[in-house]
Amino acid sequence: MIPAGFDYHAPRTLADAIKLLGDLGPDARLLAGGHSLLPMMKLRFAEPAHLVDLGKIPELRGIAQVGNEIHIGAMTTEHDLLRSALLAEKVPLLVEGTSWIADPQVRYKGTIGGDISHGDPGNDHPALMLALDASFALKGPRGERVVKADGYFLGLYSTLLEPGEILTQIRIPLPAAGTGWSYQKLKRKTGDFATAATAVLLQMKGNSVAKVGIGLTNLAPTALKARAAEDYLVGKAIDERALTEAARLAMSICDPMQDQRGDAAYKTAMCGEMTRRALAAAHARASKS
Amino acid sequence: MAKTYKVAFKLNGKDVAAEVEPRELLIYTLREKLAHTGSHIGCETTHCGACTVDVDGMSVKACTVLTVQCDGSQLLTVEGLEQGGVLHALQQAFHEEHGLQCGYCTPGMLTRAYRLLQENPNPTEHDIRYGISGNLCRCTGYQNIVKAVQSAARKLAATAAKAA
Amino acid sequence: MGDLSDIKEREEKLQGMGTSLLRKEDAKFIRGQGAYIDDIKLPGMLFGAIVRSPYAHARIKSINKSKALATPGVVAVLVADDLKPVNLHWMPTVGGDVQAVLADKKVHFQLQEVAMVLASDRYAAYDGAAAVEVDYEELPAIIDPKKSLAKDAVIIREDIADKKEVGHGPRTHPNHIFTWEAGDKAAADAAFSGAAVTVREEILNPRVHPCPLETCGCVASFNKATGNLTLYVTSQVPHLLRTVLAMLSGIAESKIRVVGGDIGGGFGNKVPIYPGYVVATVASIVTGVPIKWIESRIDNISTTGFARDYHCVGELAADKDGRIKGLRFTAIADHGAFNSHVSASKLPAGLFSICTGSYAIPNAYCRVDAVYTNKAPGGVAYRCSLRVTEAVYLIERMMDVLAHKMGVDKAEIRRRNFVQPEQFPYTTAFGWTLDSGAYHTALEKVLKAVDYDGLRREQAAKRADPSSPTLMGIGIATFTEIVGAGPTKVCDILGIGLFDSCEIRVHPTGGVIARLGTMSQGQGHATTYAQIIATELGLPASDIVVEEGDTDKSPYGAGTWGSRSTPVSGAATAQAARKIKEKAKKIAAHLLEVAEGDLEWEIDRFKVKGNPSQAKTMKEICMVAHTGNLPAGMEQGLNAVTYYDPPNLTFPFGAYLCVVDIDKFTGEVKVRRFYALDDCGTRINPMIIEGQIHGGLTEAFAVAMGQQLPFDENGNHLGNSLLDYFLPTAMETPHWETDHTVTPCPHHPIGAKGVAESPHVGGIPCFSNAVIDAFAHLGISHMDMPHSAYRVWQQCNALGVNKR
Repeated sequence: MIPAGFDYHAPRTLADAIKLLGDLGPDARLLAGGHSLLPMMKLRFAEPAHLVDLGKIPELRGIAQVGNEIHIGAMTTEHDLLRSALLAEKVPLLVEGTSWIADPQVRYKGTIGGDISHGDPGNDHPALMLALDASFALKGPRGERVVKADGYFLGLYSTLLEPGEILTQIRIPLPAAGTGWSYQKLKRKTGDFATAATAVLLQMKGNSVAKVGIGLTNLAPTALKARAAEDYLVGKAIDERALTEAARLAMSICDPMQDQRGDAAYKTAMCGEMTRRALAAAHARASKS
Repeated sequence: MAKTYKVAFKLNGKDVAAEVEPRELLIYTLREKLAHTGSHIGCETTHCGACTVDVDGMSVKACTVLTVQCDGSQLLTVEGLEQGGVLHALQQAFHEEHGLQCGYCTPGMLTRAYRLLQENPNPTEHDIRYGISGNLCRCTGYQNIVKAVQSAARKLAATAAKAA
Repeated sequence: MGDLSDIKEREEKLQGMGTSLLRKEDAKFIRGQGAYIDDIKLPGMLFGAIVRSPYAHARIKSINKSKALATPGVVAVLVADDLKPVNLHWMPTVGGDVQAVLADKKVHFQLQEVAMVLASDRYAAYDGAAAVEVDYEELPAIIDPKKSLAKDAVIIREDIADKKEVGHGPRTHPNHIFTWEAGDKAAADAAFSGAAVTVREEILNPRVHPCPLETCGCVASFNKATGNLTLYVTSQVPHLLRTVLAMLSGIAESKIRVVGGDIGGGFGNKVPIYPGYVVATVASIVTGVPIKWIESRIDNISTTGFARDYHCVGELAADKDGRIKGLRFTAIADHGAFNSHVSASKLPAGLFSICTGSYAIPNAYCRVDAVYTNKAPGGVAYRCSLRVTEAVYLIERMMDVLAHKMGVDKAEIRRRNFVQPEQFPYTTAFGWTLDSGAYHTALEKVLKAVDYDGLRREQAAKRADPSSPTLMGIGIATFTEIVGAGPTKVCDILGIGLFDSCEIRVHPTGGVIARLGTMSQGQGHATTYAQIIATELGLPASDIVVEEGDTDKSPYGAGTWGSRSTPVSGAATAQAARKIKEKAKKIAAHLLEVAEGDLEWEIDRFKVKGNPSQAKTMKEICMVAHTGNLPAGMEQGLNAVTYYDPPNLTFPFGAYLCVVDIDKFTGEVKVRRFYALDDCGTRINPMIIEGQIHGGLTEAFAVAMGQQLPFDENGNHLGNSLLDYFLPTAMETPHWETDHTVTPCPHHPIGAKGVAESPHVGGIPCFSNAVIDAFAHLGISHMDMPHSAYRVWQQCNALGVNKR
């Protein structure tokens, strides 16, 4: 339970970090909160030669409203998200989802950018980002590009992030007033990854769905956007029939791995259950006018 | 030999320094180089919380933090809770409410509860259970730990009210 | 008569038995000043890291140390061949088997110890361990104990394949360890053949781990100049460990000192002697410097001190009214790769024969077949006396199975079968004499407290309502425990009887030191023993210091496990105090110039009967005992040592009730209510008792709801870190309600029975009974633990109750 040796770098600016990453090449790993990477290094599942710590770069932290978006620095901790009055008011789904992540100590260190960049389907932010229709700013030696969360997650531990690039900012479009939300996460115990979880952002117009975002956690090699369920729901009332069909459609894209949490049948069924519950809870919170 | 760095930080109000390899975890520096053995190691996979210490106002698991990350930080460990020979209200309450048995989780529980009460001086039972859910205890079943935190919160509030 | 308020004040000052004296232990722990094993740092100390097998069953073709030896900081690499010259590559087990200290030619379970790397610090040691190259040839593994005795099964232990016996009678197969039986099979069979009702159920107690928060470890320090060996170690049994070390090493027992220090929880995990201790000791003997070995959590869960793995079949035969006439319980016991199972010599299946429980069952038979598998060796008693959880689980489950089959209420089936109050002391069909009990009283008190009839009405209404999103279950357990091993006539380990000891020294000013052969791991011994002495001697508990765990200081004893500290050492303490009190009485009579018969004891003094102003306090007597003013021929001093051999074990009991609500759609089980009534006889410190019950119930909850060590068919661990292994946090842990009755133990000097294990032993079946009861109306009579959401959902799904 002791990591293999490595060298440590703590750049003070983003530019320095990008340069370092370029200079050090593929033997370097970025250190964000460290609560995924360091445990893997302690088990010697990962043995990078260099760690580039992003923790000393102030410009990577903070939460602000910029026009019709909320911008969150990638090194903003889960704890910061939980205590943000701005998020509580404007993007409560993110706060609710974050409250289900790991445990208090991990949330003080764990960062939203680290959680997203790791590409672990068990992490919670990817599905939240999909439901929120977020975008990510990626900076590298060739400059900045902004990509949608939808399409960002390519596979297990694999994302659009290129070698040498750093995820610097998360951009979330402001949900319309009256939007309902819910993150329903089934897990074995505090600190565990989800057996299945569903994030829902739901905008109603009268009794029918105007717009809905649905993200699924830990139900495939990546977080999933339940597009067919979203498409189906638009224009529908949230009733028993709609819940059943949306759950069925969400379940139909699941491809979970069997582990101690359960087999594929259970996890898929739990996807349906979490999706139902998240839709119902979001519906209860949504304004119907 | 591997490259080492000199890291300096404030530990329970005192300036300290240690020469460490980058891979050295904070818990080992505290326990083996700085003779602060109050914080313990229980799992090494960031689950048990026995190694919890306070770094810059955050409860962290010192088994999952590199010492080099703490250069210039302010650290508080269980050894720093007692002030001027007076136990912290939490220490006293853990004793009075039988909030510990083998004592192994206690330093981590105390430092975690300390930060919890700093952020939320009047927690509900649920707030406490949620707030200490990163700290495992195998002996007490948590019931008396919850009572102890509640009791300490009341005493701290009373002391604060008197001072005001 | 003394002034009543004065008497009360004097009594309170003592803080003796019955008071919730705050713990003496706490002062250091709340300041972070505990001295646990990894806190020990000796000059020149090296750190040992163990190289472990990735395979469950493989031949070792070669081991190459050269890269490890070239790693900076590495001093030496020890493998089995290096231990051969001192003949310590294998060690005998208390079960009559041998266990590899470092794997010799073959590995028998995943993560078995293969080599130890010694280095200047733990970082270098782990680097060195990663650099040791071992070439293996993998062999097929046996993981399911039901397959161990198949004709064509691979032979796990080639080293003893031809041995006719390993400790406990004839073997029938190279993978067979022993068969043990008890009771009267013919009588039990006869009861079944004529019975109105019979039930049979296959019931698993899965492989679990006690998982104390501190892992195991040691610092071995051999002084070449003096030949003295000191072993600081996480041991619940320091004296037995010293004896075994003397036997293993040939070092005189007087030259070995074992120190327990502060222990971060044990729960049975810290009873055995592990290869890590032995290698560290040998390494220190060879190098002459202290060696520290500390287990990682994954190694702890994977290799040291698993519990259970009992694959049972329960059968009951009853008359038409549900009165049990016969019991047959059998088990296949998976002991892993070596029989390093911790058991008393004559009790290879521990106290499994307590399985008649709280019930008057006239005919009973049980049998345990122990086998080898390619899993970690041993079998410890996880917060219980050995195999008591297995036994109590089986009978408490089977009571429900019988009730279910007969359509009788689950409380009523117990009432009909309880041993009656007037039957005590009651000798069971297996020969145990239950000391005292009031089973009906306990059960009725609980049923009333929770409004049992109301709960059953609510449950009936829920069952009748198809739209209810939850299933409601009510579990009852009315268990009888067996603790306090034990009488030397039945209990010994390596021939050493399981008596225990206490030495008390009283100083001139009334300060007391008591030293015992037990070893606290959080149970609060320093407080409770002091309270016993305070009451017995009339000296304040605050001035009584208790020391345990250092074999140089304390008298011989068998340590702390099996809730034996109060039943055995608590008795030794009371008796040692009484010896001192007798001498004190002689001194008082001498000082007051009366006959001993003219004196009576009151709280803290001897008074002359009929003349209360004439009295000598214990404090006064303490001083006099160190002067020349003593009765003729009496020696100075006020000391005593007692070695207490209990006449019988003790039999704590309780009635527990649990209400659960199960989410039909996710399988999640929510404990709505848990009411635990315990009767542990005389209560010494109610606060500590309650704390022990909270902890035991929480461990029971963990076992019933989530703990299991899973393997794949090749013997690979599938969940051996705290990510998967279920240790509940404050969020998952239910709120506990506690209650008690007091039925003193008739044969114990203060009437106490032991308590710490009851909540674990009684709690597990209570949770299971509640979960299964939720499905009872759907025809379900049994589901195996753990009742994880996944497994419970599978039951819901199979029954179709999760259809909308």
